[in-house]
Amino acid sequence: MTILRALACAALLGATLLAGCSVPKLEPWVKPYERERLADPIMKLSRDSLPDKHFEHVRDVREGARGATGVQGGGCGCN
Amino acid sequence: MAATRAAIGLWHRLLALLGSLLGVLAPGVSRAVDLPGDKAEALLHSYIGGGVNAYGPAVLVRKSIMDKVSLSGTYYMDAVSNASIDVVTTASKYNETRHEFGLSADYVYRDAQITLGAMTSHEPDYVANTGNIDVTQEVFGGMTTVAFGFTKASDKVGKKNSPEFSDHAHHWQYRFGLTQILTSRWLASLNFDALSDDGYLGSPYRSARVFGAFVPERNPRTRSSRAGKVKLVGDLGNFGSINFGYRYYTDTWDIKAHTAEAGWSRYFGEAWLADIFARYYTQTHANFYSDNAMTETVYVSRNRQLSTFNDIGLGGRLSYNVRRVPGRYDVKLIGTYEYTRYKFKDFTDVRTGELYGYGANLFQVYLSATY
Amino acid sequence: MKTLSIVRSASALRIVASVVFAVVAGTASSAIAPSTPAPDFSLHAMSGPNMRLQDQRGRVVMVNFWATWCAPCRQEMPQLNRLYQKYRSSGFVLLGVNVDDDPSKAAEVATKLGVTFPVLLDADKRVSKLYDLNTMPSTVLIDRDGKVRYVHRGYLAGYEDNYEKQIRELLK
Repeated sequence: MTILRALACAALLGATLLAGCSVPKLEPWVKPYERERLADPIMKLSRDSLPDKHFEHVRDVREGARGATGVQGGGCGCN
Repeated sequence: MAATRAAIGLWHRLLALLGSLLGVLAPGVSRAVDLPGDKAEALLHSYIGGGVNAYGPAVLVRKSIMDKVSLSGTYYMDAVSNASIDVVTTASKYNETRHEFGLSADYVYRDAQITLGAMTSHEPDYVANTGNIDVTQEVFGGMTTVAFGFTKASDKVGKKNSPEFSDHAHHWQYRFGLTQILTSRWLASLNFDALSDDGYLGSPYRSARVFGAFVPERNPRTRSSRAGKVKLVGDLGNFGSINFGYRYYTDTWDIKAHTAEAGWSRYFGEAWLADIFARYYTQTHANFYSDNAMTETVYVSRNRQLSTFNDIGLGGRLSYNVRRVPGRYDVKLIGTYEYTRYKFKDFTDVRTGELYGYGANLFQVYLSATY
Repeated sequence: MKTLSIVRSASALRIVASVVFAVVAGTASSAIAPSTPAPDFSLHAMSGPNMRLQDQRGRVVMVNFWATWCAPCRQEMPQLNRLYQKYRSSGFVLLGVNVDDDPSKAAEVATKLGVTFPVLLDADKRVSKLYDLNTMPSTVLIDRDGKVRYVHRGYLAGYEDNYEKQIRELLK
């Protein structure tokens, strides 16, 4: 679990360093009304779950590497 | 007992993790993320390569209940006709069918989405049961999505015609993902996975080769892996979108792998969407792998999945929008084809003594309806 | 030991989670607050002529920001249309401000959804910036004196009941 520990330590260190100083507040630079292109299905990280499942299975069975295949995000960001 | 205390401690920590993600639980608060939409999908998949012919149907149905929970059920079937190089050189061709059933529930609370899932996979000699939990949270004005996930799988390994053989395997997977909107046209995502395997991690049918003679393979009973992937997706306006991905993998069996992917998607008219994609994969062999071991070692395997090899895949996908009423329903028909060429660097074909290689064809026909 | 490493990873994940949220938890706050005058704007309407917010003084105005690519926006439209039809004779006006890059798409979807209230086109996002929207859709209720009274962010089924209550209150 060394990578997770390293990540936790780095994050904790970053937080303690920032806690002391007044950091200029970081504003989201892409506004919800500017997300038209990101809302398009063509910009999805993973479009179809069943076909992706098939690809992942085919590769898992034939290749030694596994994991880190994906998480969804982006999109229209509505609501 | 120490185990029970540890388990209770773990449960409390998981709850605390959920708590810090969800904040104070208050009823009837506005939502900042939508439940996944209702849909029904059907897939026909086929893989032909290296003497293996696997095909089958798969279906998925998703429905939201009272706008609070979204339930989804899947069924996946794999009918495998296996005459692969391992099978023909050490045994004889066989047919086998695998059935997989899955159920999952998605719940949305404010900016967070929680997914609970369970899956069971049945083959005549292998049963796998999986449970998973995923939490996805939008932060920073919706520009960043953070996701945590955990999967636990329990397998029961058997051997055809050998009722005395029975073993188990357990798998743990921890996932962390981050998606960041870079600009109104570019997205980046990062994924880190840590995997742990315990138990019988080989195949009771596979043989290793030691001093030219075939012996049953001996695999370690534990395996610990790490994988990290970075992906970029960009919008090219009228030219569609492009994506690039790279994944690095390493584990305690000494396997190191690199995966590089690239793809391009573009709309053609109102109803057509085309994709082309390429993938390159390369790995180094496990430290106990050998095509023909010349020393006696505790562990030995001739599993080509653990050898040094690379594969290059090139494919395309065509999607046709059959019916579309924006906001009501959307029906698509999609066909996909991918050709992959495998080239082994230290695995030989025992029939010829030459380094092994083969090409594989993958087909998918897929119907998706969202409503 | 397996359970110990699971426990360790869970706590590590939790530390990372809380830190990530602590550092990036700040989100932009809207410049539009209740009891402040609603910023004036003038936009081209889908049907042709320009429309100005100031000209609606004396009526209760609901400004709804929407886009064709936003699913909750499309869900909301028929409800808004119903409210417009019901209260327009009592001095209620609904302005649908569309933020699509391509105004023709807005016209297409508005017609399909049977929208009868004026649809204003904000393709250059000028008014969206002015109202500092931080959610899509966003609905602003302005009273007869041009003051912002209610701001709604997002849309879920049932919100329209709230809108109706507030409209009736402001129409009095």
